[in-house]
Amino acid sequence: MSKIEKDLTVDNKKGLHARPAAIFVGLVEKFDVTVTLARGTEVVNAKSIMGILMLGAVEGTVLKITVDGNEAEAAMAEFEKFFKKQEEELGL
Amino acid sequence: MSEIVLKGIPAAPGIAYGPSFILDKGEFIVPKHSISSSEVDSEIARFEEAINNARREIHALKAKITQDMGTAHAQIFDAHLLVLQDTTLINQVTSGIRETKSSAEYVFFTVTKKFVEAFGKMPDEYLRERASDVNDISKRVLKHLMDESKLHDLDSLQDDLIIVAHDLSPSDAVSMYNKKIKGFLTDIGGRTSHTAIIAKSLGVPAVVGLKDATLRINNQDPVIIDGQKGLVIINPSTETKELYIKEKNKITASLEKLDDLKDLPAQTLDGKHIFIMANLELSSEIPVVGKYGAEGVGLYRTEFLFMNRLDLPSEEEQYQAYAQVARSVAPFVVTIRTLDIGGDKFISSVQIPKDMTPFLGCRAIRFCLDRPDIFKTQLRAILRASVHGRIQMMYPMISGLGELRQANSILNQVKASLRDEKVPFDEHLKVGIMIEVPSAVMTAEALARETDFFSIGTNDLIQYTLAVDRVNEKTAHLYEPAHPAVLKMIQKTIDAGHNEGILVALCGEMASDPMLAYLLLGMGIDEFSMSAASILTIKRMVRSVKLQDAQRTAYDAMQLLTGQEVEEFVNAQLRRFLPN
Repeated sequence: MSKIEKDLTVDNKKGLHARPAAIFVGLVEKFDVTVTLARGTEVVNAKSIMGILMLGAVEGTVLKITVDGNEAEAAMAEFEKFFKKQEEELGL
Repeated sequence: MSEIVLKGIPAAPGIAYGPSFILDKGEFIVPKHSISSSEVDSEIARFEEAINNARREIHALKAKITQDMGTAHAQIFDAHLLVLQDTTLINQVTSGIRETKSSAEYVFFTVTKKFVEAFGKMPDEYLRERASDVNDISKRVLKHLMDESKLHDLDSLQDDLIIVAHDLSPSDAVSMYNKKIKGFLTDIGGRTSHTAIIAKSLGVPAVVGLKDATLRINNQDPVIIDGQKGLVIINPSTETKELYIKEKNKITASLEKLDDLKDLPAQTLDGKHIFIMANLELSSEIPVVGKYGAEGVGLYRTEFLFMNRLDLPSEEEQYQAYAQVARSVAPFVVTIRTLDIGGDKFISSVQIPKDMTPFLGCRAIRFCLDRPDIFKTQLRAILRASVHGRIQMMYPMISGLGELRQANSILNQVKASLRDEKVPFDEHLKVGIMIEVPSAVMTAEALARETDFFSIGTNDLIQYTLAVDRVNEKTAHLYEPAHPAVLKMIQKTIDAGHNEGILVALCGEMASDPMLAYLLLGMGIDEFSMSAASILTIKRMVRSVKLQDAQRTAYDAMQLLTGQEVEEFVNAQLRRFLPN
């Protein structure tokens, strides 16, 4: 068990809108982890698309991501890749 | 919660207290229903089933879009599906049902609305537009929770509510007729907006031009409407409530006193009889005419027969409607105004191009002359109905003699074909015109020679004379019925009519204000037509004054230079005879 915390920047020019958020939730569900995203004091469960959308994360927003669980490291590596990707790279 | 007072424009008198209902245009109407503790589990089950049904629909839609347009286009449905299994959303709804003991649709609607509002406020445009995704999902689920037919119409409204809306369209207003509504509040609109007309004929208070009432009032907030002062009190304190209960009792008592006047003639102390008639929108209002002792109908607005439907009413249907009104109002006369659409009144069955300045565009008689097919059908129906009682008719918005002759020549064609078909109608049916355009006033002598009566439509005449949009709350303060220019217009119309020996009536909101009615009486108006609920107040005024005094007051008032001076002067004069 380990818990990792990192600040990640949204690089996607269109921000974390519905479709990327949906892909992100799908990514989170692949791993045996609990993930939260925080923007300032607002913390949401990363499996909740509504929660993610409510963060209103646009390009350049820094989100604190906390990953907890057996696969934390592998998961975090994937999440970091995700945050760097543009629309096209996500297949959108 | 503390008391909040909003100030708007008083549009219909009276006092009301009740829960608010925000009428969102284009949105779903989800009434609040309470449930008992034993129903909580079945309500949650119903919610879950609706979610499952919506998911099945989205899966099917996704498959179809993937096939037709490719995976990328279908991806949005993945987001929609995720929203429907979102724990944040689902937990809020299930715990909401449990805690507030409200129906699943109401709780779901409030929860999603909160998300929609939050998205709508986001600074990023792209994210802001996600509000529409959530709205979309919300509607899909609501369709499974509610009877679909009720989603968009007002039938699901409960009784005893205070309706809060950005604006009420005439067709919204029509669907309010059979409801027990306590009052109306709107963000926009002036004294003569449709909200005011509807509220008056329902006998409930209304305050309009409140600017942001729909934002400041929440659904189910307790609200007091003070239709006298144009005030709205949200979350009133106990003291305020008591104050208003007293005020309301006072009003009820004075209305009861007025009731004694019902069967007495509207006659001045020196013996001049004035006809006081009712304005009518729908045949379902006919009983009201008798209730307030109206001596006929001075304005029957036929456009309401044409609204809230996709087709045009047939000749037969119109005939039945006009005949019914004529029979019910007999032995009194019914004045049918031919179709007045355009401006701010639209019907679904006919495409009317949006004019840049709708009140100056193709409305009323202009529309009818442009569409003789629709006009002739209506004229045939009116003529056929004329054997069932006393009917007279008038054309709206005549702006000059050319238009009047054109309308009359169509009327003559219709009469000729009825004669050919041996269909009976009243050969002596009187045909008048509405005087509501300054050019008609300026040519009133010529018009008077070719028509049977005038009916001054003050709502529009004021708007056109003062160049003030009557539905724009920003110009509401310029809308002055007692403006010297308006009074001169009216005086000129009365004199022209009387010189040619025709009757001059007046059917506008102006007639329902005792002070203005006193002035108009002195100016020589023969007949008033107004919202039925105002009739007894005006009758009391007429019965308390002498024509001779009114004439002198009118003469003096005509020498004054501003609307405000006129109002102050006439008020002071009237107070001598009518202390309140």
